[in-house]
Amino acid sequence: MKPQSLWLWAASLGVYAFLYVPLAVVVLFSFNDSALNAEWVGFTTTWYGKLLHNPEMLGAAFNSLLIAVIASSTATLLGTMAGLAMHRYRLRFMPFLVLTPVAMPEILLGVSLLLFFRQVLDLSLGLFSIVVAHITFSIGFVAIIIRARLAGMDESIFEAARDLGATPWETFKRVTFPLILPGVVAGFLMSFTLSIDDFVITFFVAGVGVSTLPLQIYSMIKVAVTPEVNAVSTLLMLLTLSMIALASRFAPDVLKGKG
Amino acid sequence: MTKLVKWLVSLPPTLFLLVFFVAPSLIVVLASFRYPGEFGGLASLLPLFGADSGLTLETYRFFFSDFVYFEIFLKSFGVAALTTLICIVMAYPLAWLIARSSKKRRDLLVLLVILPFASNFLIRVYAWIIILGPFNLLYSSFAVIVGMVYVHLPFMVLPLYTNLEKHDPALLEAAQDLGANAWTRFWKITFPLSLPGIFSGSVLVFIPVLGMFAIPELLGGTGDILIGNLIKEQFLDNRDWPLGAMLAIMLTVAVLALAGLSAWAGRSKGRMA
Repeated sequence: MKPQSLWLWAASLGVYAFLYVPLAVVVLFSFNDSALNAEWVGFTTTWYGKLLHNPEMLGAAFNSLLIAVIASSTATLLGTMAGLAMHRYRLRFMPFLVLTPVAMPEILLGVSLLLFFRQVLDLSLGLFSIVVAHITFSIGFVAIIIRARLAGMDESIFEAARDLGATPWETFKRVTFPLILPGVVAGFLMSFTLSIDDFVITFFVAGVGVSTLPLQIYSMIKVAVTPEVNAVSTLLMLLTLSMIALASRFAPDVLKGKG
Repeated sequence: MTKLVKWLVSLPPTLFLLVFFVAPSLIVVLASFRYPGEFGGLASLLPLFGADSGLTLETYRFFFSDFVYFEIFLKSFGVAALTTLICIVMAYPLAWLIARSSKKRRDLLVLLVILPFASNFLIRVYAWIIILGPFNLLYSSFAVIVGMVYVHLPFMVLPLYTNLEKHDPALLEAAQDLGANAWTRFWKITFPLSLPGIFSGSVLVFIPVLGMFAIPELLGGTGDILIGNLIKEQFLDNRDWPLGAMLAIMLTVAVLALAGLSAWAGRSKGRMA
């Protein structure tokens, strides 16, 4: 090996270590038989058991799942429409509308929705406002995936369907939809993950009564460091990892860092 | 018929985003010109309840007369700039290594950069609470910068790698044949060619850092307040919504200016090439 590439490997390994060691520490201490995240004492699964008997945590997990299911299904529907519309028609306003919520700092979306719900709709905050907020930021991600999927396609298939006498609905049902289905699934999994993981926007629109997993984790780590947080973090990591693995099975082309 | 289809497909998402994205954004603009309510929130728009109703430029006057806010804005830009710089330095060797690897290994190395993203943002911050705590480094500006870099590093690696991957190796070979050493080859060829990649990575890092409130709150000390914390404070703690709205507008202006600048720079780069 040339000295340069040796140097390059060493530096890169350092950066990879920087990326992975902190997460490894979190996972490791979730199995540590000590209430302090300071030194290794012995192996235990106590902290996972404790989680299962923590009603606040379970309630938050239930809320997170409920919100994620509703928000990501709706966002997938609306985002797929937006992706189709952006691909098919020359809409000047649409890309701006769909992509801006994705590009701006999350805090701005959180604040504006807080104002909107409290001041204009005079709604008390809770599940509904969280679901709406999650749909708003997920639509763009789904639309990007769908548009990327459509961009690589041969337009003549759709023309052929039309020439053979298919109505627009038939063309959609039998040609377009089966073709974009992997993108739709990937979009769903992506918005599901985004919803489960979102902290910043949820923080602003959640109000006082409703908690989600990230909100619960936040309030726990603000107060004290406990291995229970490590345990719930490890479980959450497993969940998102499997989501990503699933998504990459359905749409490997979309998730290879090309988006 | 096709007209109908067009409306059926594009109307629902458009309407949803008009109601839940555009309208709320406009309301923030409006709120920044109003008076705070007596018990938080906003005061009445109609002049029914005394003098503090209707529209005002008060919050903006406040921003430009009170140096405290301006200082926090400057500090946020400083933190964002420093984070971006450290990300560039750390991402470069990694992106270069990935770009020079064989196709098969490349996918794995990219995946290894993305994977930490699979963990929740709070978990990644929490990890540093555990690590820095025993060393007495927690609740400091240093901890804030470490957290910012950790959370945003992949945003720099990916665009940089995408750029480096496209470089023609023949350029470096030619330079070598002409007697340029490794150092010269890097600074005269690779680095200038990678500037667009550095640029897009910088936008992806700089903008989210600018609006971040959770990292300063969890890792920083009392003095490590950034724009995001200021905004959060006005909306959730002080309940001075007009002030919060004005600060949000200022952040938006800053972000738009940066985005415009990068679009402009991108275009002039394209023209040169």
